[in-house]
Amino acid sequence: MTAETVIGAVGAKAEFRTCQYTGLKVDAAAQKLIIANAVAAVVFLLLGGVMGLLVALTRWPAVHLLPADWFYLVLTGHGANVLLFWIIFFEMAILYFASAVLLNSRLAAPKLAWLGFLLMIAGAVMGNVAVLQGESSVMFTSYPPMMARPHFYLSIILFAVGALIGCGIFFATLVIAKEERTYEGSIPLVTFGALTAAIIAVFTIASGAVILIPTMLWSMGLISDIDPLLYKVVWWGMGHSSQQINVSAHVSIWYLTAALLIGAKPLSEKVSRTAFLMYILFLQLASAHHLLAEPGLDASWKIVNTSYMMYLAVMGSMVHGLTVPGAIEAAQRRNGFNRGMFEWLRKAPWGHPAFSAMFLSLVFFGFIGGISGVVLGTEQLNVLMHNTIYVPGHFHGTVVAGTTLAFMGATYLVLPLIFQREILWPKLAKMQPYLFGIGAAGISLFMMGAGTLGVARRHWDITFSDANLSFAHSAGAFLMMGLNGIFAIIAAVGGAIYVVVVVGTVLFGEKIKGGHKLTFPLHAGGGAVASHYGSEKTPKLPGTIILVTIFFVCFVLYYFINWKYLSELWLFR
Amino acid sequence: MPPTEANAPQQDERVPVMQRILDNPFLLLFLGVTLPTVLYLIWGVMEVASVPLAK
Amino acid sequence: MAVTPPDKRIWWNEPIERVELVWIVIAFLWGLFMFFFMIAWHFIGQQNLSSEAYRIAPSAFEEKVDAFAKKHQVREEKGIPVAKPPAGSDVYILGRLWQWWPILELEKGQSYRIHLSSIDWQHGFSLQPTNINIQVHPGYEHVISLTPTQSGEFGIICNEFCGIGHHTMIGKIYVTEPKKAEAGQRLADGGKQ
Repeated sequence: MTAETVIGAVGAKAEFRTCQYTGLKVDAAAQKLIIANAVAAVVFLLLGGVMGLLVALTRWPAVHLLPADWFYLVLTGHGANVLLFWIIFFEMAILYFASAVLLNSRLAAPKLAWLGFLLMIAGAVMGNVAVLQGESSVMFTSYPPMMARPHFYLSIILFAVGALIGCGIFFATLVIAKEERTYEGSIPLVTFGALTAAIIAVFTIASGAVILIPTMLWSMGLISDIDPLLYKVVWWGMGHSSQQINVSAHVSIWYLTAALLIGAKPLSEKVSRTAFLMYILFLQLASAHHLLAEPGLDASWKIVNTSYMMYLAVMGSMVHGLTVPGAIEAAQRRNGFNRGMFEWLRKAPWGHPAFSAMFLSLVFFGFIGGISGVVLGTEQLNVLMHNTIYVPGHFHGTVVAGTTLAFMGATYLVLPLIFQREILWPKLAKMQPYLFGIGAAGISLFMMGAGTLGVARRHWDITFSDANLSFAHSAGAFLMMGLNGIFAIIAAVGGAIYVVVVVGTVLFGEKIKGGHKLTFPLHAGGGAVASHYGSEKTPKLPGTIILVTIFFVCFVLYYFINWKYLSELWLFR
Repeated sequence: MPPTEANAPQQDERVPVMQRILDNPFLLLFLGVTLPTVLYLIWGVMEVASVPLAK
Repeated sequence: MAVTPPDKRIWWNEPIERVELVWIVIAFLWGLFMFFFMIAWHFIGQQNLSSEAYRIAPSAFEEKVDAFAKKHQVREEKGIPVAKPPAGSDVYILGRLWQWWPILELEKGQSYRIHLSSIDWQHGFSLQPTNINIQVHPGYEHVISLTPTQSGEFGIICNEFCGIGHHTMIGKIYVTEPKKAEAGQRLADGGKQ
C-alpha cells in the first residue's frame, strides 16, 4: 500500500520555498497551518492569561478582586484556555513544523488538517461561551457529581477530535516523507521528540473520549449516574497525560533551539532517543499522581503507576537535563568559549530571547516543576499536599515556567523562519523571557510555599470570613499568597509584552526577503543543516557536570525533607 | 504500513534491533498506547470495580 | 544537529560518553531507591493511607453518621453536635454542602477508625494546621485508623471545589491531653451523680 492510498491524498502537488537560513524546504500548506495554529494559540494565551491574572489578584488576600461566583467562573476559563487551548494549538504548530518542515516533505492532507483546525477553534470558542454563560463553573477537571451544561463537555470533545486529526496528519506526513525519501536514515531528534508528543496525545485523547462522551450524555439526562472515582481514574488519563505532551514538546524545543542558535548537536543519539522512549512507555502512568489520596485504590496500583514504573520516565527527564546543557556546552566550547568552567554559559546568547527563554525553561522546569512533581507524586508524601495550592504551584513550574516559556522562546524562531517577519521591538523581546520567567518561577514557588502551610487550591477566601466555624491560617500563608499576587503581575507584564511583540510583528514586522540579516541571528552552522551530524566526540563538560550535581543534591535534600515532614504527622494507616 | 525495508535493504540487515524499534513510529505508537492502557486504565478501573459493598 | 537526520545511518552502535553513562546510572539507581522507599514506608512508616473502602449509598452513610453523633454527643457548638467517641471505636465524619459534620473530640495518642464520606459532591478533607489531605467521594466510605499525636484545636477545611459556599466549609477536631481527658471524664461522671 502506498501512502497515497492510506491517506487518500492526491499526489505531491505541494508548493515549496527554500528557507534562506536553514536550507530547509518549506511546504506552503504546512506554513499556512503553522501560522494559523500559532496565531490561535496566542489569542487563547491572551484570554487565559488575563483570566489567570484575575485569579491571582483574587487570591491575594489584600486585594481579593472578584466575587466568589466570578472567581470560580474565571478559574474554570483560565484552566481551559491556557492548559488546553493555548498549549495544544501551539503543539499542533510544532507537529506540522517537526514533520513537514524538518523532513523537507509536503504535509499530508492539508484540507483534513484545516478541518481539524476548525474543529479545535469551534471547541475552544464553544468552551469559552459555555464557561462565560456561568452554569459550567465546574473547574477544568469537571468532577462529577457536579454537573456542567452539555455543551461544556461537547466543546472539549470537539477540540480533542480536532487535535486527534492533527496527530493523524503528523503520522501520515512521517509516512509520506519516508516513502518519498525526503530525508535519509532516521528522523531528526526533534521530530522524534514531536513523535513522542503525538503518541502521548493519542492516549490522552482516547482517554478523554472514553470518559467525556458518557459524561456529556449524563449531563443531557441520558445516563443516570457517573461514578466519581471511575471518572477520576479515566479523566486523569487525559488530564495528566496532556501535560506529558507538553513535556515531550518542550524538550524537543530545547533541542531545536540549542541546534539553531548555537549549532549544538546531541551528545549521543542513542541516549537522547532512549530517554524519549522512556517517555513513550511510562510517562502517561503518572496520571496516578492525582489519585494517591483517593479511597479504594490499592497501594500496588498507586506505587507502580505513580512512579512511572520505577521512575524510568524520571530517568528520561534527568537524561535530557544533562544532554541539553551538555550539548550546548560542547558546542560553545567548539565555538571557542573554552575558558574555565562556565565561559560557555556566560557567553551564551543571553540577549537572544529564544535562547534565554529556552535556558530559563530548562532550569525552572528541572528545579521547580521536576523536583516538586516527583515529591508530590510519591505515594505517601502526596497526603501532605493533595489539593493544596502546592499542586498549582508545581504545575505552574512545569506548564508555565517550563512549557509556556519554551514555547514563547520558540515563537522568536517561528516569527522570522515561518512568518518571515523581522521581530518588532527587539529590546522588548529581549527582556520578555526574563520578566515572564521570573514571574512564573515566583508564582510557582510561593504557591508551593503556601500549600506547604495548608492553603487550599481553588478557594475563594482563605480568611473563611462568612463560615459558621472559624479557622485561621498562619501569617506566613497570607504572606505567600500576597507574594504570589505580586509575581503574577510580573508574569502578566511579561505575557503582555509577548502578545504585543507577536501581534505587532505579525501585522507590522518588516518582511524578510533574500539576503536579509536577522536582528536575532541563528548560528552560522544552522545554514549547513545537511552537512554534519553524529555523536559528539569526547566532549569535556565540567560546567554541565557541576550543574547536574547541584540539581541532584537539591533533589535528594528536598525529597528527604518531605519525608521528615511526613514522619511528624499524625499516625494513620 | 510503511515499508521499513525501503531504505537500502542491504544496509538494513545490520541495523540493530533497538534502532529498528526506535525508527518505527507505529510500533512506538502501539507500545505507547497499550502500556498505559493496561497498567493504568484497565488495572485502575478494576481497582475501582473491586471496592466491596458496605456492611 | 538535532534538526537533521543523524548522518551515520547506524547510530545505535555509537559509544556513549562516560559523563552520560555515569549520570544514567545515578538516575536509574536513585529511581530504584525512591521506588523501593515507597514500598518500605508501608513497613517502617506510620503514615500510610488506608486502602480500606466500601461502596455505600449516601443516605445509608448519613444514617450511620446521625446514629454515631446521637450516641456520643457531649455538647453542641454553633448548632453542630460535638461527639466524643471512646478510644479505638468507629468514628464518622460526613462532608456535605457546606460543612464537616459532626465536630469530634479525640484523645491524644489513641487510635480511632475514622469513616469518611460525602453525601453530595466531592470534598477535600484537609486537616489544618497538621496538613493531612484526603479526597472524599460520595458513594465511597473510606476507613482510616487515625492517631492524633498533638493536642489542641484543629480545623478541617475543604480543599476540593464544591460550589459557591466552598470557602465556608469548615469542621473541627479537638484533641485533648490524655490526663486532662480522664479528669474531665471524672468531672462529667461526678456531675451526673
